[in-house]
Amino acid sequence: MKRALLWLPLLAFAGLLAVIAAGLYKPADRTVRSAMIGQQLPNFALAPIVPGKSGLSNSDLANGEPHLLNVFASWCAPCIAEAPVLLRLRQAGVRIDGIAVRDTGPDMAQFLARNGDAYDRIGSDTESRVQLSLGSSGVPESFVVDGKGRIVLQHVGDIRAGDMADILAAMRSAR
Amino acid sequence: MMAEAGLAALWLAGAIAALQLLLAAAGVRRGDARLMDAVQPVAVVQGLLAALAMALLIGLFLRSDMSVLLVAENSHSAKPWLYKFAGAWGNHEGSMLLWVTVLGLAGAAVALLEHRLPKRTLIATLGAQAAIALGFYAFLLFSSNPFARLDPAPADGQGLNPLLQDPGLAFHPPTLYLGYVGISVAFSFAVGAMVTRDVGPAFARAMRPWVLGAWIFLTLGITAGSYWAYYELGWGGWWFWDPVENASLMPWLAATALLHSVTVLATRDGLRAWTIMLSVVAFSMSMIGTFLVRSGILTSVHAFAVDPSRGSFILALLVIYIGGALALFALRVGTIREGSTFELVSREGALVLNNLLLTVILGIVLIGTLYPIVASAMGVQLSVGPPFFNRTAGPIALGLALLMVIGPLLRWRRDRAGAVIRRAAIPLAVLVIASVAMLLWHSRIGVLPLLGLVIAGGVAVGSIAPLWGRDLKRTPLFTYGMVIAHLGIATSLAGMASDSAFTKETLVAARVGEPQKVGPYTVTIGSIAPVVGANWSALEAELQVRRGAGSAFVLRPQSRYFANPVMVTNESAIATRIDGQLYTVLGTQDPQGRWTLRLWWKPFVTLIWLGGAMVALGGALSLFGRLRRERRSAVAA
Repeated sequence: MKRALLWLPLLAFAGLLAVIAAGLYKPADRTVRSAMIGQQLPNFALAPIVPGKSGLSNSDLANGEPHLLNVFASWCAPCIAEAPVLLRLRQAGVRIDGIAVRDTGPDMAQFLARNGDAYDRIGSDTESRVQLSLGSSGVPESFVVDGKGRIVLQHVGDIRAGDMADILAAMRSAR
Repeated sequence: MMAEAGLAALWLAGAIAALQLLLAAAGVRRGDARLMDAVQPVAVVQGLLAALAMALLIGLFLRSDMSVLLVAENSHSAKPWLYKFAGAWGNHEGSMLLWVTVLGLAGAAVALLEHRLPKRTLIATLGAQAAIALGFYAFLLFSSNPFARLDPAPADGQGLNPLLQDPGLAFHPPTLYLGYVGISVAFSFAVGAMVTRDVGPAFARAMRPWVLGAWIFLTLGITAGSYWAYYELGWGGWWFWDPVENASLMPWLAATALLHSVTVLATRDGLRAWTIMLSVVAFSMSMIGTFLVRSGILTSVHAFAVDPSRGSFILALLVIYIGGALALFALRVGTIREGSTFELVSREGALVLNNLLLTVILGIVLIGTLYPIVASAMGVQLSVGPPFFNRTAGPIALGLALLMVIGPLLRWRRDRAGAVIRRAAIPLAVLVIASVAMLLWHSRIGVLPLLGLVIAGGVAVGSIAPLWGRDLKRTPLFTYGMVIAHLGIATSLAGMASDSAFTKETLVAARVGEPQKVGPYTVTIGSIAPVVGANWSALEAELQVRRGAGSAFVLRPQSRYFANPVMVTNESAIATRIDGQLYTVLGTQDPQGRWTLRLWWKPFVTLIWLGGAMVALGGALSLFGRLRRERRSAVAA
């Protein structure tokens, strides 16, 4: 019995090793998942950023229709790559609202003129407060919000053409 | 040519280490005296060759030889020479070469200086040293060659991470490596003793200076690293439970336990198997620490080598070294005779309790550090932060400190509880009085800081107690060492408790000329002006600081911009006073023209590092005292 116990440290070490090896060979997933998935949107009311387009509040998103909430900025290069895909989503009937992070009116107007405008409303989040309260850690990020204002899906990074099917499916099931 | 010479020296050193291992293994197995005699000179040559390779790498960095990949990636010709010098180990390959150099020189020192151990055990120890070194040589030569050339050579290098451009860096890694390597020597002694089944006081005495030395350097390394993080990162904290900090804390905890158990083995011939186990654990912790830092498996400020292939290599080394040592432990420790026994109430009993508590803290830190990896293996992302460590390890550490009040007053082998309480009466009385005074004086501070302050008072008095009624001139130096080290723990504990109980912090957006209050100080931005340094430019605030109605003085925090590589750092400005530190950090300017200013008044925070330095000093006195006594008894015999 006592002899067997002496092997215990080696056994414990083997367990430790298994854990470490698992961590080493499974590439770490560094994406930051929002803790808000499945939750009601936080309360916010953002001012408009470009003339002729209204700002955005959480009640705008809880109007019975599912929305795609896109967190973006004019200074963000992947957002430019994402813009045509957003336009195609809009053609497919998706309502898209935007939160412009740390941006200015003139820059945003230029961005929309150059890359196309897929947004119903755009709110100006100058200090990233709303972005952080959504659990978003960067731009671009998108959230599918159902008609009651609940977040059902988070998409980290730009939406590629290949991601459209997933987004559309989520929009349909959020209805 | 220098790079090629360095690579040649490294290959030769590796070959010599292989020779050293073969000679030692064959010599010990056959009991062949001629083979064993050859091991010591070979160990010395191996150490010298490793040192030559390291010296050549430093030479390449000093000459800014950009045709060497490592220099081009980590240095820049415009850097001050100290950082070129320190840059030689401010990167993955260089730091591994430094590791193996220190290891080689330590092996040479064992070969030249160790006379107490039986020859077979000494040779087995040097064989174990060679095996460890061989793994690192293979690692350097096959996956981290520091001397690789870059063709064509770039016009200039990419520079060193600005956070590391600090005089502290010149000394922080070598200090920690001296500690890690010292522990590896202790481990080699343990392996040697297991191979020859010769575990006893002679082995403990041979191992003790190395454990003490390693422990001194680890203490210094952790203390200096903590102060570096405190003033360089500009976050006002002194310990963040960052994985890499934990990686240095775990070997320290194991070494502290080992230090106390090896004393029992050397003095009373007790705790034989446990001491062997602890030296294996201490070495495992330093290897796991190296692994966690080098593999990039955990995100950290030290992750300058995020590379799974290197991680695999170190993992393989871990399997061979620690797995081998634990298997040897399981096979051999059962055949080691039990040492002397002791009563529960005795110095040995207290030291066993000390070891148990230290091991529990070690377990907590290990679990907290590795838990994110376990969780991610099961598909959950999480991080373990200070609240976990403070709540779990904090109370146990306080219990350990409480034990320190009484432990040193106990007699070896057997003691009577009544007599102990009489001897510890004054420190215990101080504890009670301090708690009442603290409760009356300040009822709004948290439980842990309050207990911390009270226990610090008790430990301070208790640690001096072993000197009472003794002839101070005839008290051995190592007893003074223990007293000062324990006093250092009390000092450090007082600093930590005071910092968490009494710190005042403000974060303001201040205009030039607007006075801001923090603690007893009034701080006003006098002006903000650009300044330039050797390889950076900065915005510097001139802060007019006044304490109460006293005269004003100036602090100059900077927001510093580095061009190679591009990075902005906050250089805090700190005013150190006898009763604490005023800590100021300059942030950015907002659109309204106000400057972000972060101010802390931290009463008695300096005691934390003063205590750390005292602990190291106590260790040094103890080491010196032990060595002197052994030299004397050797001369007498």
